[in-house]
Amino acid sequence: MSSSTDPGRPDPDRTDVPIRDDRPVSDRGETVCVIGAGASGLTAVKNLREAGFGVDCYERETGVGGAWNWRHDRSPVYASTHLISSRPFTQFPDFPMPDDWPDYPHHSQLLSYFERYADHFDLRQHVWFGTEVVRVEPVEGDRWDVTTRSTGGYGPERTSRYAAVVLANGHNWSPKLPRYEGLEEFRGEVMHASSYKDPAQLRGKRVLVVGAGNTGCDIAVEAAQQASHCWHSTRRGYWYAPKYVLGRPADQVNDTLLALRVPLRVRQWLYHWTLRLTVGDLTRFGMPEPDHRVYETHPIANSQLVYYVGHGEVTPVPDVARFDDRAVELTDGRRIDPELVVFATGYLPRFEFLKGQVLGDEDGSGRPRLWLNAFTAGHPTLAVVGLVQPDSGIFPISHWQSVLFARLLTLRATRPDRAAAFDRKVRAGLGERYSAKVKDSTRHWFEVGHADYLRALQRALHELEEGTR
Amino acid sequence: MTAERVRVVRSWEWARPERPARREVLAAVPERDEAKPPLLFVPGFGHGAWAFAEHWLGHAAGRGFPAYALSLRGHGDSEPAPEATLRSYTHDVTQVAASLPRQAVLVGHGAGARVVAHAMARYPARAAVLVAPVLGGWGTFGTALRRNPVGTVPAVFGAGLRLNRRQLFSRELPDADARRHLARLGRAGRRAQWQLLTGRSPEPAVGRPPVLVLGSPDDRVLPATALTSAARRYASAPLLFPGMGHDLMLDARWREPIDAILDWLDKDPAPALG
Ligand SMILES: Cc1cc2nc3c(=O)[nH]c(=O)nc-3n(C[C@H](O)[C@H](O)[C@H](O)COP(=O)(O)OP(=O)(O)OC[C@H]3O[C@@H](n4cnc5c(N)ncnc54)[C@H](O)[C@@H]3O)c2cc1C
Ligand SMILES: NC(=O)c1ccc[n+]([C@@H]2O[C@H](COP(=O)([O-])OP(=O)(O)OC[C@H]3O[C@@H](n4cnc5c(N)ncnc54)[C@H](OP(=O)(O)O)[C@@H]3O)[C@@H](O)[C@H]2O)c1
Repeated sequence: MSSSTDPGRPDPDRTDVPIRDDRPVSDRGETVCVIGAGASGLTAVKNLREAGFGVDCYERETGVGGAWNWRHDRSPVYASTHLISSRPFTQFPDFPMPDDWPDYPHHSQLLSYFERYADHFDLRQHVWFGTEVVRVEPVEGDRWDVTTRSTGGYGPERTSRYAAVVLANGHNWSPKLPRYEGLEEFRGEVMHASSYKDPAQLRGKRVLVVGAGNTGCDIAVEAAQQASHCWHSTRRGYWYAPKYVLGRPADQVNDTLLALRVPLRVRQWLYHWTLRLTVGDLTRFGMPEPDHRVYETHPIANSQLVYYVGHGEVTPVPDVARFDDRAVELTDGRRIDPELVVFATGYLPRFEFLKGQVLGDEDGSGRPRLWLNAFTAGHPTLAVVGLVQPDSGIFPISHWQSVLFARLLTLRATRPDRAAAFDRKVRAGLGERYSAKVKDSTRHWFEVGHADYLRALQRALHELEEGTR
Repeated sequence: MTAERVRVVRSWEWARPERPARREVLAAVPERDEAKPPLLFVPGFGHGAWAFAEHWLGHAAGRGFPAYALSLRGHGDSEPAPEATLRSYTHDVTQVAASLPRQAVLVGHGAGARVVAHAMARYPARAAVLVAPVLGGWGTFGTALRRNPVGTVPAVFGAGLRLNRRQLFSRELPDADARRHLARLGRAGRRAQWQLLTGRSPEPAVGRPPVLVLGSPDDRVLPATALTSAARRYASAPLLFPGMGHDLMLDARWREPIDAILDWLDKDPAPALG
């Protein structure tokens, strides 16, 4: 029941082929190129195939699953990683996770889920594993030249021309490492959380964890259990939300309120109140008062951090001011002497194979200007999938983004008027936000509230189907 | 009957996930993998996986199709579920479908076809087959009332819908077999039964599955027009097997409809237009 061109490399030595950099470009016709076979890339392949497109997917690793495949050298997951978004928010909308799985599955279950997804929909046959995309360049007619080579730079480069491109290269693999005065002199061990894999790395050491995203909180909890001492440095106060409130996974409670159309302010108030009633005022532990309301920074889902602070196993400390050869000076003047510093300061999105302007990042700030976090002006055959930092699971969002893009590509052929109207929406909507107001931080420019975001995407899909009325 | 718009936001469903239930799944898998798509048979109200295990599972496997049948919760050997809704049943179907090694063909019989129609909106079936589909609505109820008032009236008041021999089987089926099958019939959840009449219509299917509708013009559960209108919804015409009762998979000439289904699948029907 397959419905279209299956890949299978065309002969690159044909005489009528275009040339780029003195090499022939193999024309892949109407085939769409997908970069990355993580969860976002897989769902893009599936949804494009379902809409009848031929697909070539390039994946630098040798397996699917992206970040969730802990064997991958760039995987950011550590042995104890469990989901922070509960199952209903995390599964693809048309391929449920087994209902006998826990509310918050382990990363190995996630990997098996993506592997089953790939097998169920027979996606691997469209993926070129061990192949890295090194350049993506627009060419005439809204087409794209994609240059690849074997991962690690071996072998020759080759270029293929595609009708459209999906960027699904993930955004949690390029570490963000802050600079500090004196860090080079520091004689202790320093690592970014991306190299943290196993609690044995912390055992018996005096550990400083910097950052209170979900990674920093998870590692601080493991340090509380394993290290001889744990300091946890944050540059602001946060709302440490437990995984369960009122007897249910916290995100399910939040969506009950969303379904009842309870306004954001009231939800924030209810959340603050619930936390006050349970863990209470955290400033009594020496933690700073949050400088924002809940949902104004990327939500933390961690029931254990406050618990270990209460046990005295985690010492909250302020931001790091500078390092010297044997100590770390904090912004309140205190000096501490960790043997190991773990920077859980997050990741930065990177599209190293693409000129910044293509995604509207004119000044090289690393913040593309997109509509629906996916579409860029002037390039109607390009979409980014998975470039969202949601207060919920990413995968349903990636699914619907790729459904929308597949629909758009189909209508470009059958209803150019609708596709043109869509392009106008893209231009008008660049930089649109889908969340409550958030603290300015490198991690927050693509923060989205899942309900606001998916509602906007649903509207875009309906308008595309029905024409704007 | 189809609501046309794709739904993306489902806050209620996310907030209130369906309760898991132990499900009975019977299987007959061919000895050699012929790369044919797996079939998932979904029985109608009162029936369990047993109804397909009788003939169709083995026959499909014999023709190279991995064949599975499930019992919706509260039926067969699945977990009891008196409070089950159409949503619970749909959940059961998508759960089993997603657990199969490859993209599955959903085959729903009777009210199981209604469940399949809902499941098609939540799982991109490879194809779907609606056998003697009871898609619901008051027309179904009218026919049931006319043909079998004694079994139907109590259902309105929350009792089980009781089906009789004449509704389910042709006279060709030996009495002993008919009695054996009738004795195994259970009942659907009260709420699900009611939703069959009043519930929301299925959302549009995802993944453009081709759909085949088949049944018997002499079915005494379905109004004669129901088959044609079901088929029209999916832009096709029904395949007809005159002389058979509602339970095509158990009736004396069970082989003809299943062969027609497998022939259709062997021809690799094209995706629906989308
Ligand atoms: C510790 C941790 C826990 C998380 N927990 C959750 C959670 O609970 N829920 C949630 O929704 N999200 C969570 N996330 C976010 C996470 O980023 C996403 O879940 C998910 O991995 C995103 O999938 P993706 O396919 O977009 O990106 P990735 O999984 O990063 O996949 C990208 C793929 O593209 C490939 N690739 C990249 N560049 C190239 C190139 N140039 N050429 C070829 N291939 C390339 C990579 O090898 C990779 O396989 C978590 C992240 C971390 C770090
Ligand atoms: N269990 C899980 O499922 C799980 C676990 C880990 C991560 N994740 C997900 O993975 C993604 C990445 O998470 P992450 O925790 O690695 O990164 P993150 O969310 O970006 O958090 C980084 C933390 O470091 C701080 N920080 C950044 N730059 C800093 C600087 N220069 N100096 C001091 N502090 C600095 C940030 O503070 P600000 O508040 O100022 O930004 C923030 O507290 C998120 O989507 C997260 O939800 C999930």
